[in-house]
Amino acid sequence: MLKIVEKNEKECTLCGACETTCSTFYFKEDDRLKSSIQVLEASENGDPVINVCNQCGNCIDVCPVEAIKRTGKGTVVISKKACVGCFNCVGVCPTDTMYWHEDLTEPFKCISCSRCTKECPTEAIFMEEVATN
Amino acid sequence: MGITTEELRASRKVLAEFDYEPAEIEKGYSGKSLYINLTDLTIKPKDITEQMKEIFIGGKGFGLWYLWNAVKPSTKWSDPENEIVISSGPIGGITQYPGSGKSLVVTLSPLTNSVMDSNVGGYFGPYLKFSGWDALEVQGKADQDVVVFIDGDRGKITIEKMELDPGASHLVSEQLTDMFAESEKDKKNISIVSTGSGADNTLIGLLNFSFYDLRRKAPRLKQAGRGGIGTVFREKNLAALVVRYSSLSGRSNNPADPSTIAKTGVKLAREINKFDDEQFRMRQIGTANLMTPMNDYDLLPVNNFKFGSHEDAVKISSDVLRSKFTQNMPDGCWVGCALSCCKAVDNFELKTGPFKGDKVIVDGPEYETAAGLGSNCGIFDPDHIIEANFYCDTYGIDTISTGTITAFAMECYENGVINKEITGGLELSFGSADAAMELIHQMGQGRGFGKIAGLGVRRMKHFFVDEYGADEAFLEDIGMENKGLEYSQYQAKESLAQQGGYAMTNKGPQHDEAWLIFMDMVNKQLPTFEKKAEALHYFPMFRTWFGLMGLCKLPWNDIIPESNKDADRPELIPEHVQNYVDIFNAVTGKQIDKDEMIRQSERVYNFQRVFNLRLGFGTREHDAAPYRALGPVTEEEYESRAERYDNQLRDDVGINPEGMSTADKVKKMREYRESRYEQLIDVVYKRRGWTTNGIPTIGHLCELGIDFPEVIETVKNKL
Repeated sequence: MLKIVEKNEKECTLCGACETTCSTFYFKEDDRLKSSIQVLEASENGDPVINVCNQCGNCIDVCPVEAIKRTGKGTVVISKKACVGCFNCVGVCPTDTMYWHEDLTEPFKCISCSRCTKECPTEAIFMEEVATN
Repeated sequence: MGITTEELRASRKVLAEFDYEPAEIEKGYSGKSLYINLTDLTIKPKDITEQMKEIFIGGKGFGLWYLWNAVKPSTKWSDPENEIVISSGPIGGITQYPGSGKSLVVTLSPLTNSVMDSNVGGYFGPYLKFSGWDALEVQGKADQDVVVFIDGDRGKITIEKMELDPGASHLVSEQLTDMFAESEKDKKNISIVSTGSGADNTLIGLLNFSFYDLRRKAPRLKQAGRGGIGTVFREKNLAALVVRYSSLSGRSNNPADPSTIAKTGVKLAREINKFDDEQFRMRQIGTANLMTPMNDYDLLPVNNFKFGSHEDAVKISSDVLRSKFTQNMPDGCWVGCALSCCKAVDNFELKTGPFKGDKVIVDGPEYETAAGLGSNCGIFDPDHIIEANFYCDTYGIDTISTGTITAFAMECYENGVINKEITGGLELSFGSADAAMELIHQMGQGRGFGKIAGLGVRRMKHFFVDEYGADEAFLEDIGMENKGLEYSQYQAKESLAQQGGYAMTNKGPQHDEAWLIFMDMVNKQLPTFEKKAEALHYFPMFRTWFGLMGLCKLPWNDIIPESNKDADRPELIPEHVQNYVDIFNAVTGKQIDKDEMIRQSERVYNFQRVFNLRLGFGTREHDAAPYRALGPVTEEEYESRAERYDNQLRDDVGINPEGMSTADKVKKMREYRESRYEQLIDVVYKRRGWTTNGIPTIGHLCELGIDFPEVIETVKNKL
């Protein structure tokens, strides 16, 4: 079964712990724009919006160098070594969760490592098993 | 398949070699170009000067400058001093903005005897640059077939001979990719330039530029099709050019401001993802999306451009062609192109020719190919188009010229200008798919009537007049060539601006300079001579710019941004123009604006015009169009659109057509249309800063900063 980061946006307090955890772990700096989970302040119903990859894999087919693959566990990952930084994957991402940053040559995304969910004080994000297609 | 990879490798013999340290790329340039002379096997680097970057920018600009310096006014296409120059451009090779991997090829053409340029996808140009070379000049003539290998990983160039049969481009590309790649993974790092036996046997030879398709596990071929560049390639006894570069990354082009490029590229990629399916479906059908609308608007060439639509066109409609493409996942000719208009037919079983029974990958068909080999020959069979497409590519002959040549031969055949005796038994009437296919095999293999057809429409006209006493005036009217190059596949009769867009081009009637049909005829955005002249100034300049940069034109207007709804001049696609200004500045660190962008092109465009002049062309007489491109030549054509033409006589010409014979109406219509075309030439030349004879004025050349002594001397001698 594939595990993805699920969310209950009503519970989010915009504390930013998830973003700090992610960017600090993967990029060694606290910069929310380098986090693979990003929280926006308010949606139409007043709740925060939590943007994180659902591992749908639409990006896999458009990668011209086959740098994006689904692992045995079902998570979609980018090989930085193979990536040529074209951002086609960013363009087709239906949830806008294939991220890019002006300091970085390659895009980045959530790989369901679960670190952010462990730091969330309100369980607004949590790991959930879903069926893979 | 013939020879194995091992046998091919064992047969390699290095004739000359050159070791080098690949130059670092800085802001889109390596600062070096590679010169190869095949006569004496010279391999040497040259410096790209600041003046070259400032005036000629790159791509076609570099090609023209090197060629200008390589040839004399008397040089012929087949002389050893003629060069083939390949260059991408400063933006070429970036991965973030769609359509950024083009190569521009420049040479003296066997069809026009003047300067030719052709743009092409595939990985060669970007890999060449990242291997340390902004441009490649190939001069001279080898005394045997040779392969040039540029190894950007090792910094080594070799000129080699080997047991390679250069007759079939798809096999050459496969064999050389297999042999030069050091592993399966390395294949994507190889790009091959090659052609086929048709380039040896005709004047319409093309060059195929390969890229390795990771999903199909085979090289794909993109074509520098126009003007017989492949014929020059084979005249030099070049079998192939090979480049290898394995370190491609998002920063290979080392731009001044990568962030702006990424931001602009992501914006466009998202736009494409959002709108392409509801706009032009480039990702689903590619350029073949034009088949249906062109037929609907009476713009699809049918039976040698006699008509613009046909009831059977539904059999080769956009959706029929789409159904033939077997893999509808985004498919680009350079990495990172989100518009992904490449298409292929997989496992296509060939029914004819030397590869009969083989299951092959066919790249395309593109719109031009489907219209040229299909409707323009009165053939409405998609499988014929695909088979003809494959053989044209692998023989290395241009599908556009092949289509227009075949259509011309068919009209000659139907009018008794030629007959079965002359064609060697080919029943070349419109719609004869078998005869058309056999003609392609004859051209590819240098047999029979194919040897005459392979000379191109201009020489065929002369041949039919000289040998068979054909009516010269009629052949001049229906032979769809200008400057010696065959027309590409749009019906221009009802768009005066497009008539100029074709015949006032620098290289000959190819739509890449000005495609104004919709703007002029359908959208009515160019109602006056002044507006048409402005369009025939702006668009050729704007489109020239792509060829200086290593860019493809399609992501400019084959996807329309939301902002265009409120744009003052929507036909310019202002948001996308600004994107190009932004990425040029972001790559080079310069600060141009959209006006300077046009100036950049104007320098190169006028230089090319003077180059034509220097070779004995480039004046008004060479911008004349065959009447078939301007109006109805025959009574049959007139009658087929009688209501339209009668109305035009009444409303535009001021003649009451009632009671007039069709022959009289054709004559009056012709007088009117030809005089309008002459008026158009006058206003366009004036707008371009040229004399009424089409020569750039000295003042204009000085203003543009291309007043080199030899340029001025050339012009002075012609004024």
